[in-house]
Amino acid sequence: MKRQAYRLIASRLGLALLTLLIVSAIVFAMTGLLPGDAAQEALGQAATPEAVAALRHQLGLDQPALQRYLQWLFDIVRGDFGMSLSNSLPVSELIETRLPNSLMLAGLTTVVAVPIALAVGIASAMHRGSLLDRALNLLTLSTVAVPEFLIATIAVLIFAVNLHWLPALSYLSSVSSFGDLVRIYAMPVMTLCCVLVAQMARMTRAAVLDQLNSGYVEMAALKGASQVRIVLRHVLPNAIGPIANAVALSLSYLFGGVVIVESIFNYPGLASLMVDGVTNRDMPLVQGCVMVFCAAYLALVLMADLCQIISNPRLRQR
Amino acid sequence: MNRPAQPSIPHPDTQIYDEAAPEAVKRSRRARRGRMSWFGRLGFALVGFCLLMAVFGPMLAPYKEGALASPFSFASYSWAHPFGADYLGRDMLSRVLIGARYTVGLALGAAVLASGIGTCLGLVAAVSARWVDEAMSRFFDALISIPSKVLALVAIAAFGSSIPMLTMIAAVAYIPGAFRISRSLAVNLMTLEYVLVARARGERLFYIARVEVLPNMIHPVLADFGLRFVFIVLLLSGLSFLGLGVQPPNADWGSLVRENIGGLSQAAPAVLMPSIAIATLTVGMNLLIDSLRRHAGVGQGGQK
Repeated sequence: MKRQAYRLIASRLGLALLTLLIVSAIVFAMTGLLPGDAAQEALGQAATPEAVAALRHQLGLDQPALQRYLQWLFDIVRGDFGMSLSNSLPVSELIETRLPNSLMLAGLTTVVAVPIALAVGIASAMHRGSLLDRALNLLTLSTVAVPEFLIATIAVLIFAVNLHWLPALSYLSSVSSFGDLVRIYAMPVMTLCCVLVAQMARMTRAAVLDQLNSGYVEMAALKGASQVRIVLRHVLPNAIGPIANAVALSLSYLFGGVVIVESIFNYPGLASLMVDGVTNRDMPLVQGCVMVFCAAYLALVLMADLCQIISNPRLRQR
Repeated sequence: MNRPAQPSIPHPDTQIYDEAAPEAVKRSRRARRGRMSWFGRLGFALVGFCLLMAVFGPMLAPYKEGALASPFSFASYSWAHPFGADYLGRDMLSRVLIGARYTVGLALGAAVLASGIGTCLGLVAAVSARWVDEAMSRFFDALISIPSKVLALVAIAAFGSSIPMLTMIAAVAYIPGAFRISRSLAVNLMTLEYVLVARARGERLFYIARVEVLPNMIHPVLADFGLRFVFIVLLLSGLSFLGLGVQPPNADWGSLVRENIGGLSQAAPAVLMPSIAIATLTVGMNLLIDSLRRHAGVGQGGQK
């Protein structure tokens, strides 16, 4: 029955929301409760007790922790992340200006990385054990382990310093044509793609291999179907769920990867905003950015889950 | 006790890269005799070299820490300075050798903490009552859906970045992954007959966890420890690269890259050498784990 699928989807959605709620509690505990008294810190050692008490009252710090958490949560649900301490703008406004840039970077990276990774993963699964497979294994294994800033510095060295093809920093304001767009995004996207492709290709290979070991593939081979036909016609439809999962899991790497890449290339995205927030100990800004990151991560995982449910005919039809 | 072995929210940290594949690779005669592949040996050599450098590096450094050895900033490779000089003209080879202690030592400490605590908690969750398991899994599921770099940034914003704090932060960021892996291994083991027999004998849960379960999952847990080490090296050097990790005057390899990033336009070895040092360590470790996993069947969920 289709009801079963709907119920499964609803339970996944509920689980994701519950997780987000726990995340918000953890984030609030780390940033709002544990680091000590924000009022004392803001006023310094020489502050009079009256001034501290006044500021505590003004910031709402004299209320019990649970009440502060609920108030904070309620504000966030309404889209109000508070005021940034370092530049006294609403945090939601700052996030609004930076988020599209980060989404653009992530989107372009996905568009470039996914087809390459799928091709590499499927190719090495089809030729498992061959020289190609082992070479790709070594290559992806090494790439996964290399820090992003090494790839980025080597890319800058080759393409900006030696060849003068690309600018070393990303100034989005100078984008006026498609050529500019390619030139500016080339290096950040390339850096992110390296690690992403490696990880995704390994997981895709594993997903396809898993299917290749199953009975129906042996049956197809006994019927005399060609290797290409087996993979395209028999394996891939069955592997869509695991592959979607692999893609989503790898894409979640982007949330960590952009932190480094945006800072290196001076790219005005959400992650570099957050790094600024951390440097200035601007808690409302940090809280807002973290919640956006975590919500995005959970949305991605949820989407992979839905792909898996929808691609499973036992749940879809009947 | 039929509880799901797989967590409800998947995460890349909890996959030993391609654990899903029960590989039907023909084992070579060499692998069967228990010797490592060529790449495994290379990985072992690279990791061993980095560990030795962390221990003996400061003694081998040709110049004192902070000595201004070269008149030129960002000097290139030479006999006096094989790794060139940094932005102040300090000898880069000495700086890298001294920094090894921070990069390797911090990551090792954090990885031991993360794997130790994660494995213990995973065992506890697997052997305790259903609701304890459920609550712990739910909590770690939430913690794991904060990307580790982002979690580390929040923690640094809240608590600052002293060296003990960095170790703690890195450990906390990777406990959930270790917890998940050991829990799912232990849940599978708990259904096997010899554990049922032990339960029927009336053994205490602690005894079952220590004697029946832990020894049978130690190989995948060790492989996972190696991976956590790689993740933590990358996390800590990433943080240092952002200027939020190890603070001057101390410098790990990540901070060395940051300090000398100004020399990038001159292709100074001061930028490249510390990055290559990090890559040597992490790539070596990955090769080592991959080869161990291949011929010991480690990392495939223990059974299949």
